Amino acid sequence: MLRVEGLHTFYGSIEALRGVDLEVSSGEIVALIGANGAGKSTLLMTICGQPHAARGQVRFGDDDITQWPTHEIIAAGIAQAPEGRRIFARMSVLENLLMGATSADPQHFESDLTRVFTLFPILKERRDQRGGTLSGGEQQMLAIARALMSRPRLLLLDEPSLGLAPMVVKQIFRVIQEINEQQRVTVFLVEQNAFHALRLAHRGYVLVNGRVTMTGTGRDLLANPDIRAAYLEGGH
Amino acid sequence: MSGARLFGPAWLTEGVKEALLQALVALILAVPLIGLKTVQEPGGLGLQTRWPAVAIAVACVFVGRLLLVIARHVWPPRPKAAQSPVVAARIRRFVRLLGPAAIAFALLLPFLPFADRYVLDVSILVLTYVMLGWGLNIVVGLAGLLDLGYVAFYAVGAYSYALFAANFGLSFWACLPIAGALAATFGILLGFPVLRLRGDYLAIVTLGFGEMIRVILINWSSLTNGPRGISGIPRPDFFGVPFNPSPAPDASAFHTLFGIAYSPIQRVIFLYYLILVLALLTNLFTLRIRKLPVGRAWEALREDEIACRSLGINPTNTKLTAFAIGAMFAGFAGSFFATRQGFISPESFTFLESAIILAIVVLGGMGSQVGIVIAAIVLIGGPELVRELEEYRMLAFGGLMVLIMVWRPRGLLAFREPTIRLADFDRTARARSEPAATVP
Repeated sequence: MLRVEGLHTFYGSIEALRGVDLEVSSGEIVALIGANGAGKSTLLMTICGQPHAARGQVRFGDDDITQWPTHEIIAAGIAQAPEGRRIFARMSVLENLLMGATSADPQHFESDLTRVFTLFPILKERRDQRGGTLSGGEQQMLAIARALMSRPRLLLLDEPSLGLAPMVVKQIFRVIQEINEQQRVTVFLVEQNAFHALRLAHRGYVLVNGRVTMTGTGRDLLANPDIRAAYLEGGH
Repeated sequence: MSGARLFGPAWLTEGVKEALLQALVALILAVPLIGLKTVQEPGGLGLQTRWPAVAIAVACVFVGRLLLVIARHVWPPRPKAAQSPVVAARIRRFVRLLGPAAIAFALLLPFLPFADRYVLDVSILVLTYVMLGWGLNIVVGLAGLLDLGYVAFYAVGAYSYALFAANFGLSFWACLPIAGALAATFGILLGFPVLRLRGDYLAIVTLGFGEMIRVILINWSSLTNGPRGISGIPRPDFFGVPFNPSPAPDASAFHTLFGIAYSPIQRVIFLYYLILVLALLTNLFTLRIRKLPVGRAWEALREDEIACRSLGINPTNTKLTAFAIGAMFAGFAGSFFATRQGFISPESFTFLESAIILAIVVLGGMGSQVGIVIAAIVLIGGPELVRELEEYRMLAFGGLMVLIMVWRPRGLLAFREPTIRLADFDRTARARSEPAATVP
C-alpha cells in the first residue's frame, strides 16, 4: 500500500533521512522505532509532503506521491495524527472532528462521527468542551479521532504515547488495534516506546541516523538482544 | 530577617521598598518629560527647568503606590476562582440578548430625541470603525494573521470610489462593488508574499505594505492628486434621487419624493443607515461564514497551522481568502468614508488608523463580534465623551485603555461560541432521515 524507496530528506544542509526503504502492506500495523533524532518524524512528514523528499520515492497505492502537495496526499487517503497532538485548543471537540473531515465527503460525516464516538466514548461526553481543556490522553484520542474523520486507508501516528501515563498508553494502543482490526485501517506508527509499539505491530523497522538498520516481525524484534539493549532495557 | 526590619511589619517594609523603586522609575521618566521645558528666548530655544513639578510627580507616585500596598493588605485580593460555568452561561445569555438589543437601538437612534447632528456624526464614525473592526476581525480574530496595514485596503476603497466617481461619473452603488473587488485584489497581492510568514514577521510586512500604499498615494500625483487629495467627491444619493434643497423644476429630490420639507439632516440620517446596513452585512457575513468550511478553516489555521496541513487543509487558499475578504470589507468602508467626507487625502490613511482598528479588535476580545462593537464605542466614542478634558483627553483615554487591559487582559469578551453543537447535528440528521424514511 505504502512503499518508500531510497528516501533522502534534507533540512537545509542537514541530511535527516539517508536513503530509507520500507513498505506497509494493506491491513498491517507497522511500527517504526528509533531514538530521538533518528529521523522518525521526518519520515512521516516526508510521506505527507512537508518537506518534500530530495531524492527517492513515496508510492501510495499506484501513485507516486513524492512531490504532491500535502492536501492532495491527505485527500488520497492518508491521515496523520501529528506529533504533540496539535489539536485546535480553542475549538470544541466537535469542531476539531469537523476539521478532520475537511477532505472527506460530507455525507459520511454523521456515520463517521458515530464511529469515532464508539471508539472513544469519552469524546462524545466532551463534545462541546474546548479541545484545550481535555487531559493529555483525551487530546491524543481526539487527535487520532480527528485523523480518522477523513476516512483514511492509511493512518500515520507520530508518537501516540508521548507524555502519557502508562495506563493511558495501554488504552490508546488498544484502540489502535481496534481501528486496525475492526475498521480495516492500515496503521503506520512511529514510537519511542518500543515495547508497546512492537507488541502491537505486525512488523517493525528500526531507524538509526536516517537509515533503516533492522526489520522483522514485531515479536522477532522484541526478542532481539540488540533491540532489547538499545531500546528496552531500563524502560520496562 | 528581623534585623532588616526598619519599622512596622514586614509587608510594610516590602511596600515601602516597592514604592521607592516605583518613585525612582517615575523620577527617571519625569526629569526629561516634566523637568525640562523648551522656551522661546531671544536668540533661539532655551531650557527651563521645573524641578518642583518633578518632585510633586515623584511624590505622587510614591504615595500612590504606598496607598495601593496598604489597600492590598487591608483588603487582600480574593483569589480569582475560575469563572464558574453558571456565571459564564449568564454572561453568554446577556451577550446574546445584547446583540439584538443593540441592533434595535441602532435602528431607532436617528428618531430618538437626543439624536442631533453631532450625535449622528459620532455614531456614523463609530459605525465606520465597527465595520472596519469586523472586517479586520476576519483576518486577525478568525484567521489569526496579524495585519498592521489594514488601512491600506480602506484607502484603496476610498480612492477607487473617488476616482471612478470623478473620472467616469459612476454612482456610489456602482462603485461599491468595484471598490470591494479592487481592495480584495490588493488583499491577495499582499497575501502572496506573506504566505509563509507568521506572527511578528507578518506584522512587519503588513505594516510596510500599509505605508507603501500611503506613499504611493502621495507620490502618484497624476492619478491621486498627491498630498492635496481629491475633493468634490459626489455625495451619495437616495438610490438615484439626490438630497438637494432646490432641485430643478423637472427633477425630483429626496424631500419632494416623500413630500416632506427639506432638512440637511436627512442626508446625515441616510448616511447613518447606509453605514449601519454595510456594517450589519459585514457582521452577518462573518457569522455565516464561521459555520462554513472556509470559516472553520480560518479558525483552525489560527489555532495550529501544522495541524491544518496534516488534515489536508490548503493553507494557501485559506489565508488568501481571509486576506481578500477582510480587505473587501475595508474597501466597502473606504467607499463609504469617501462619499461621507467628500474629500480624501493620504493623511486619512496613516498607520495610526491601522493601529486603532487593530486595537478595537484586540480590545474586543479577538473574534467576538459584540466585543468589537463595545470596543469601537469605547475607543472612538470615548475620546468624544471626555472632550471637556481638552488637552488631558488623550491622557484620560490612555488611562482607560490601561484599566481595560488590567481588568480584562484577553479583551472585553474573550470567549468564543462553538460553531456547531451536537444538537444542530442531531437536528440535521433527523431532517435528513425523515424524508429518506418515506422512500420505500
